[in-house]
Amino acid sequence: MPSEVDRLSQGTRLRVDAPTILVTVLLAGPVLAGLAGTALPAFGYLPALGYGQFSFAPFQQLFEAPGLVTSALLSLSTGLTASLLSLAIVLIFTAGWSGTQTFRRLTRFLSPLLSVPHAAAAIGLAFLIAPSGFVVRLVSPWATGWTRPPDILILNDPYGMAMTFGLVAKEVPFLFLMTLAALNRPRTEDFFKAGAGLGYGRMATFFKIVLPQVYPMIRLPILAVVAYSTSVVDVATILGPTTPPPLAPRLVAWMNDPDLTERLMASAGALLQLAVTLSALVIYLCLEKLARVLAHRQYQSGHRFRQEGFSRFFSLLPMLLIIIVMVLSLCLLVIWSAAKSWWFPAVLPQAWSLSKMVDAVQMGSGSLAATLFLAVVSALLATSLTLWLLEARSHRNLAVNKRLKSYIFLPLLVPQIAFLFGLQMLFLLFGLSGTLLAVLLSHLIFVFPYAFLALSDPWDQLDPRYARAARSIGAPRAKVFWKIQLPLLLRPVLVTIAVAAAVSVGQYLPTLMIGAGRIVTITTESVALASGGNRQFASLYALLQLIVPLMGFLLAALVPSLVHRNRAAMRLGK
Amino acid sequence: MIAPDPASGLILQNVSLRLNGLVLLSIDCDIPPGAILTIMGESGSGKSSLLNFIAGFLKPDFEAQGDVVLRGRNLSNVAAQDRHIGLMFQSPLLFPHMSVLQNLIFAIPPEIKNRQKRRELAEQALTDVGLAGFGTRDPATLSGGQQTRVALMRTLLAQPEALLLDEPFSSLDQSRRSEVRKLVFDLARKNGLPVLLVTHDEEDARAAGGMVHHLGADETKNGCPLTGQPQQ
Ligand SMILES: Nc1ncnc2c1ncn2[C@@H]1O[C@H](COP(=O)(O)OP(=O)(O)OP(=O)(O)O)[C@@H](O)[C@H]1O
Ligand SMILES: [Mg+2]
Repeated sequence: MPSEVDRLSQGTRLRVDAPTILVTVLLAGPVLAGLAGTALPAFGYLPALGYGQFSFAPFQQLFEAPGLVTSALLSLSTGLTASLLSLAIVLIFTAGWSGTQTFRRLTRFLSPLLSVPHAAAAIGLAFLIAPSGFVVRLVSPWATGWTRPPDILILNDPYGMAMTFGLVAKEVPFLFLMTLAALNRPRTEDFFKAGAGLGYGRMATFFKIVLPQVYPMIRLPILAVVAYSTSVVDVATILGPTTPPPLAPRLVAWMNDPDLTERLMASAGALLQLAVTLSALVIYLCLEKLARVLAHRQYQSGHRFRQEGFSRFFSLLPMLLIIIVMVLSLCLLVIWSAAKSWWFPAVLPQAWSLSKMVDAVQMGSGSLAATLFLAVVSALLATSLTLWLLEARSHRNLAVNKRLKSYIFLPLLVPQIAFLFGLQMLFLLFGLSGTLLAVLLSHLIFVFPYAFLALSDPWDQLDPRYARAARSIGAPRAKVFWKIQLPLLLRPVLVTIAVAAAVSVGQYLPTLMIGAGRIVTITTESVALASGGNRQFASLYALLQLIVPLMGFLLAALVPSLVHRNRAAMRLGK
Repeated sequence: MIAPDPASGLILQNVSLRLNGLVLLSIDCDIPPGAILTIMGESGSGKSSLLNFIAGFLKPDFEAQGDVVLRGRNLSNVAAQDRHIGLMFQSPLLFPHMSVLQNLIFAIPPEIKNRQKRRELAEQALTDVGLAGFGTRDPATLSGGQQTRVALMRTLLAQPEALLLDEPFSSLDQSRRSEVRKLVFDLARKNGLPVLLVTHDEEDARAAGGMVHHLGADETKNGCPLTGQPQQ
């Protein structure tokens, strides 16, 4: 087994190299420093604002806040439910359909949906399901008798169902693509055949034979989804309950309060958020353990689950629903942004106008420029850094081990809010708060892990014999990288840049906190507009959010076919 | 229509596979229970594709004609998991998340409910192939030949009605090879299974001792060499 050899050789060799150190410092550093910067004010210590005494006053104040327990429980329940639902939807769909024509077709829909930023998706979804939204309009007034929007809480419902649904719609494409990447290994198909050969149904084969082998590869992304969903701000602001809201959006409100003592309380709240997210992670890990024990019993029972027609049909439905809802939501964004007047209960606008679009682009040109700059620069930096790291590790025959991986994913496993507060304080100390550089740095912390996720698999699958063949005819290392490895990986590298840019565009909280209101992106603007109720501008800005990722994916699709137009082996299979 | 007939083996009726409109292979053959048909042919001649077709995994890129009949059951519209065809591949594909014994228990039909009984069956199977006491081992720690033997027993414990072998011995060295090969053939005969063996190795074909069908080599010789019944 090659992994054994790796493990043996690691013991004897020096493990550190420049990119490894840089990545660790760049990712783990801000998280740890930020956590410290959050913890100190939480205990009353913030000399910069004149608080020099440690005390429990911030926590006392926090626990006196009305509805705090409800907020914390809401965060826990919506986040955990959304994560488990997303995982279940992805797994049963993959189990029932992977390898089929249907699966291939739906994959083509799901990949672009990954690049839709959370905020844009939430805004579109709100237009779809709100009391005055598209679904109600479709059935009004002829079926419902409603001539004005009904007074029911579909959006912002107190149990956070709309918010949970919004999170599921966004996390399903992510987990699905992670699962696809994990399944994309040479012998997966043979294991499916082996299962069927032993008489096991397709779904049983997936859950009993294939999933146990690929689960380790999707585990970190799942944990990241749990951490994100339990501490999300933008989706909660748009779709979440308001009386009281979940914990994270409340913390942001306190943090931006002019009353300085609220800041200390917000820091204490950020530690509570950390505890909420950690509890969610622990609950997930316990469920995982339980599933493992139950599964091991199942392996031994020999049950084949051959009759699976109904379950396969059922496994398709939630996935289809999500795709339909997302596509409809995006269509609504387009319609709203071109609507001049659109009174309830008309299904389509009464009058159209494109002049607002021009206005919005002009008004938003500053934030659009900032968005573009941040996306392009952070994507390029993150992708180069990933390549540097991967090249350096594989040059020295070191796999990217578990420890390094957990450093890389640390920013995704700790709730953003828990260390962004502290990071904001630190930037304030150094006079960097509200600068483009600081915001860029904060984006990079979140963009890099995704760039790594997107690129490490293609890199590992690159046949090492190409590099060896080049080295053996005397090509130096740099030449091997630039002339062999990079061209062979052109497509995945471009896709990585596109993914990274999409992640940067989607960053709401880092921009809001570190930008301190001075750096504004399309995303922060659109959330503000959506919660301010300006539908047309909100949808225009949401659409603008989509433009950067779309351009990225378009380039990633076009450039390789131009560069490699005469190379059959470099074309995408089917 | 052919009536269900447990005494008949695996019948390939006028099977032909096309790829992009061109005929890749055609075969018409009758493998009685306990008999071995060896299929030989160059790389790319469609050997694996034929096995995929029989087992129910043919890719949508291919077009297939003809019927596969097993023990009088026409398999054309039967799902892969319901065909009762045992498969062995080039690599043993033991499931890495289970112990050797668990791999075997996994294959035992669920009708045998008693846990102790399932365990005993699996242990007996190990003993039959000279691996008594290997049950708790991690499959990754077994040698290639040992893994192949476990894979064989796993296939047989699922009580298949036919066996398809796709170069199952190619990862073994010469001395192991003849040993494992003899074991596979003996067990298949003992269980009265029709066997379809794909191989590159003349030695395998000779040891199988049955009929040999060459794919692609001679287009005129597209019948089954042994039964050779000319259809229409
Ligand atoms: N999914 C596919 N789509 C299109 N063509 C395919 C596909 N899979 C296999 N082929 C082609 O079908 C032909 C038969 O392939 P097959 O794997 O059956 O050959 P084989 O005889 O088993 O070869 P080998 O001895 O190398 O295993 C080959 O020309 C191959 O390129
Ligand atoms: Mg083959």
